[in-house]
Amino acid sequence: MPSFKRPNALIDMPTHYCPGCTHGIIHRLVAEVIDEMGIEGDTVGICPVGCSVLEYVYFSCDMMQASHGRSPAVATGIKRANPDKFVFTYQGDGDLAAIGTAETVHAAARGENITVIFVNNAIYGMTGGQMAPTTLPGQFTQTTPYGRDTVREGHPIRVSEMLSTLDGVAYAERTMTVDPKSIANTKKAIRKAFEIQKAKKGFSIVEVLSTCPTNWGLTPLKALDWLKENMLPHYPLGVYADKGGNE
Amino acid sequence: MNKVLMKGNEACAEAAIRAGCKSYFGYPITPQNEITAYMSKALPKIDGGVFVQAESEIGAIHMVYGCAGSGVRCMTSSSSPGISLKSEGISYLAGADLPCVIVNVQRGGPGLGTIQPSQADYFQATKAIGHGDLKIPTLAPNSVQEMVDMTVKAFEIAEKYRTPVIILADGLLGQMMEPVSFGEIENNAAQYPYGAYGHGNKRERNIINSLYLDPLKLEEKINERFERYAKIAETEAAAEYDKDATIVVAAYGSTARVARSAVDKARAEGINAGLFRPQTLWPFPVKQLKEATGNAKAVLVSEMSMGQMVDDVKMALEFKLPVEFYGRQGGFVPNPDEILKKIKEISNN
Amino acid sequence: MEKFKIEFDRCKGCGLCTTACPKNIVVMQSEKLNKEGFSTAVCTDLEACTACALCAVMCPDCAITITKA
Repeated sequence: MPSFKRPNALIDMPTHYCPGCTHGIIHRLVAEVIDEMGIEGDTVGICPVGCSVLEYVYFSCDMMQASHGRSPAVATGIKRANPDKFVFTYQGDGDLAAIGTAETVHAAARGENITVIFVNNAIYGMTGGQMAPTTLPGQFTQTTPYGRDTVREGHPIRVSEMLSTLDGVAYAERTMTVDPKSIANTKKAIRKAFEIQKAKKGFSIVEVLSTCPTNWGLTPLKALDWLKENMLPHYPLGVYADKGGNE
Repeated sequence: MNKVLMKGNEACAEAAIRAGCKSYFGYPITPQNEITAYMSKALPKIDGGVFVQAESEIGAIHMVYGCAGSGVRCMTSSSSPGISLKSEGISYLAGADLPCVIVNVQRGGPGLGTIQPSQADYFQATKAIGHGDLKIPTLAPNSVQEMVDMTVKAFEIAEKYRTPVIILADGLLGQMMEPVSFGEIENNAAQYPYGAYGHGNKRERNIINSLYLDPLKLEEKINERFERYAKIAETEAAAEYDKDATIVVAAYGSTARVARSAVDKARAEGINAGLFRPQTLWPFPVKQLKEATGNAKAVLVSEMSMGQMVDDVKMALEFKLPVEFYGRQGGFVPNPDEILKKIKEISNN
Repeated sequence: MEKFKIEFDRCKGCGLCTTACPKNIVVMQSEKLNKEGFSTAVCTDLEACTACALCAVMCPDCAITITKA
């Protein structure tokens, strides 16, 4: 028996992601958690607009494609009508923290019993590398060709910190996927978030710092270093909200 | 049959609940607030009832998308500026072939306009409700009773053809009270088999989606959808009308009630006027209009707008009859004498 | 079964797996390019492989399967 293989909840097919993009790792971790909890048949996933727009192709559970930023509202509609099912959204930084800010904040404030997987790579990937709401000060993107100037372009949003101020948020953790240890931590966080949902404790979010080698203009390996050097100081890892109690 | 005195908005909400709609998502806007308020009071008392006051009309329509996508009958309501916000979600609902009912209790525009009644969203509902190639069946009630009957009908059409359906009411209909009967409304709500509600390891996964990157597949999907639209046009177009009139007054919704009075007055004065009242705006009841105008020498369209139904009337008549227009805007409802005056002008020409 | 098995055409040649191998025996140097045109990861010393699976954990494409003896 293989000791490491693709989880069943992730369909056996190539993905469209660029080489070295950590979306693939995060997809796998969500699928592993679904497998381990035995909830594939009771889960509905919602894919965003962005690089992971085709996520519905890859997961073997029921899937829904949402319009840009509206996943938390879509998830609300599903979950309210099907309170015993697991509902997760999978959103990028533009989807969650720019166009979908209202939907995100209010789903969190209402304490919607859903799990949000938030992939933060500080850039718009699908459209070709424009400034994201999480683009770092000084970071070069297609629409900040002189580097993000906080006077002109404003400041990046720390989503986990911001959401953790809301009473409806039962769990918020920021993780990354740069090495086996941080990947294991990310999986633990995703599992925790799904367990929080299972216990009907409220809104759970796992913010995963991710790389975008293509639009950062770096090799996949250099992108991992860039993340650690530049994103970590601005986006410290850790648990920002945990109303899960002792599990 | 027992009758109760109810506001149009409340009657619409009650009819939806009786028809088995247990999920409602909305956002406050005048003059439709009674629907939201009624739902907020009634639904939590029903087993499985869902009421969410969303963060915006955008949020509400996407909650509808999620709920309908999970196979559960649901609805939302709003008024003109709010429908503009819902436009995105309506396009996605159409693109994913999801049934739902959207009530527009129209107020005046453009912009914030007024909270007074209007019919200025005819174009929006019938021609440009969202981006892309799509049509949304649009029902036009003209009484509190029809707010009930058409709400029930709307769910039927929505689920039969897998499409959102709009009830295009107006502030007057929403706010006025009339005796209304709920009769025997059948609650036949059942989870849609194509919904994404968890496959339970018992069936293939369901995917709710409007993205087709392969041009052939998108074209095929749109063609398939337009075949359904053709069936809707063939079977669901409805109108009430007088026959053999020489001057036909075409009006829908609240304006049709005023037009009825004007037509009756004209008849009392010996003018052979008749009323044509479309009950569906898309599909526009072309056949019915042709029948109603068999003996007509002219048509007068009356609306609470600058004349948005006029084009549909002209096209339905293949530009063979003169089509006049009389309308009021800004929240005014035309009065019967204004319309009568116009009928007389046409009659004297 | 082989301890380290890579699905040749699934590998995108990103090299993330090479950063995780404690034995430094996973390298990007396949003899030929796969159908997508990528030079893929290979294990240079299957004897030395402990089947720890860290390379597979890093792989964004689920291209690596690890089997413990």
